[in-house]
Amino acid sequence: MMEGQSWFQRFKDGIQTATKFKRETPDGLWFQCTECKTTSTVKELKKNVYKCPNCNKHIRIGSHDYFDIIFDGKWTEYFTELKSVDFLEFADLKSYQERLDKSYKKTGLHDAICVAKGKVGRKSLIVAAMDFKFIGGSMGSVVGEKIAKAIDMAIEENTPFMIISKSGGARMMESAFSLMQMAKTSAKLTQLADAGIPYLSFLTDPTTGGVTASFAMLGDINFSEPDALIGFAGPRVIKETIKKELPAGFQKAESLLENGFLDFIVDRADLKQRIDDLLTVLNPPNATDKTVVQKK
Amino acid sequence: MVFLEFEKSLESLYTQRNKLEQVGEESDIDVSPMLAELDKKITKTRKEIYSNLTGWQRVQLSRHPERPYTLFYIEEMSKKFVELHGDRYFGDDKAIVGGPAKIDNYHVMILGHQKGVNTKLRQYRNFGMANPEGYRKALRLMKTAERFNMPVICLIDTPGAYPGIEAEERGQAEAIARNLFEMAKLRIPILCYIIGEGASGGAIGIGLGDRVFMLENTWYSVISPESCSSILWRSWDYKEQAAEMLKLTPQDMHSFGIVDGIIAEPIGGAHADPNAMAKTLKKSIKTQLNELVQIPIDQLIKQRIEKYASIGKYELAE
Ligand SMILES: [Zn+2]
Repeated sequence: MMEGQSWFQRFKDGIQTATKFKRETPDGLWFQCTECKTTSTVKELKKNVYKCPNCNKHIRIGSHDYFDIIFDGKWTEYFTELKSVDFLEFADLKSYQERLDKSYKKTGLHDAICVAKGKVGRKSLIVAAMDFKFIGGSMGSVVGEKIAKAIDMAIEENTPFMIISKSGGARMMESAFSLMQMAKTSAKLTQLADAGIPYLSFLTDPTTGGVTASFAMLGDINFSEPDALIGFAGPRVIKETIKKELPAGFQKAESLLENGFLDFIVDRADLKQRIDDLLTVLNPPNATDKTVVQKK
Repeated sequence: MVFLEFEKSLESLYTQRNKLEQVGEESDIDVSPMLAELDKKITKTRKEIYSNLTGWQRVQLSRHPERPYTLFYIEEMSKKFVELHGDRYFGDDKAIVGGPAKIDNYHVMILGHQKGVNTKLRQYRNFGMANPEGYRKALRLMKTAERFNMPVICLIDTPGAYPGIEAEERGQAEAIARNLFEMAKLRIPILCYIIGEGASGGAIGIGLGDRVFMLENTWYSVISPESCSSILWRSWDYKEQAAEMLKLTPQDMHSFGIVDGIIAEPIGGAHADPNAMAKTLKKSIKTQLNELVQIPIDQLIKQRIEKYASIGKYELAE
């Protein structure tokens, strides 16, 4: 298990980001925005919850960064003992094992998802957050199993559950096993729903493929960050199929909101408060006696 | 007859046979002994080819243009089939068909992907690639089946869910996800058969069930060998290798425990004798239904969820 600390806290205390994890976020002193090309200091960027201080572009961040943003102070990571195996001995230009080893080294992560528990506004929340840097945030057996275990924990402890999706889709190197994780995670979510526990699905840039077509679209509440790419097929595949240019804003969070697939889009600066509000309103005080709350 | 590239030796034997027949018709020579000899050779060659198929060859067979599709099986296996249309939200998808029918004494809801049987119809059926309304129609039919206590039979044969602009705008991902969620807890037995191509989300979108079987010359994978080649090898030329790597054959899938069994096809593939294939399929459906309807529904759903929850290969470090 790993202990984390809110970056707000660390910022206040002047403590550097833990060096144990090589975060998705930029290292060093300077940061140049890919969107507006403005240069700012990494310190400014962090202070602005990893959004460009000039144009507000939400920079891709990792699971631990999100945990720091969301949780009050400390959080605890679970299920880090689960490791992917190259059981099919899959090799394309590289072997799957090579890809795994490289990813462990590059990211310091255990796989493409981390599960943590902490408090949001003093209310418990279990969060499974994906890491795009680990083989494109691809879903293999470990991602599926960690989600399944997190759901079991949420049911056992009667605690709300949230998934932060960020994925290129299935992990091809696990073939049918990766495909089956769509069925596995969706089936597990029915148990969470039966237990009456809220499930928040937070879709971040990018969320595509089998992840979108399973747990990411199944939230009681689905929400996203501005400008996030969300889709089933990747834009390149669609372009090749239809042999036409894609319309502006296609597969962006704003279009999905317009088309009715998201409940809202939240600026990262307001993320914690929004989750806090949801946890409050989705937990009516007399929910246990199963009567409908009515104000006269 | 359409011959695949690995059936070349068979094709030349058939050419010889046709010529010989012509000779027989046009002259007084008795060609029947020679024909019998050729037929023996054809049978032997076919057996040889078909007893040793590679992953890629099975992919090609699963796409054989003369292969039987869902509506053929429904026609052959069932009575009183009434095709139902539309998802009640947007439209009627032609790539997924279905409706209530009787298979002997069983009242079932039978549905599946439908490919076209000729050039014009292939377009009309969108090559078996469903849009969101196809998956939503399938779910509507399943919910109807649940209401009337009819087991659901899904026949899967798709190169993938359609990757188009409108499909995305209407929520292709949401439609598939919703089906997975609802099928996991549907209060009626679900029986699935891969009858051709089992490509990715498009296949599993109607493929979550109590029992899943694959016909002998089919494939089931997270991605097609061509797309896999294009993404991982960055070239379209590695489809054979990708097919081997993906372990997508019925034998592989059965050995992984992901599918429950393999349904034998006539020698030469389902298209060599579609009626015999339909008979075999019907027999399997009846055997499975006999067992499934005995299981109390709460127990069945529990088993279904546990089965999927247990799929995955990983190790525990430290
Ligand atoms: Zn900027």
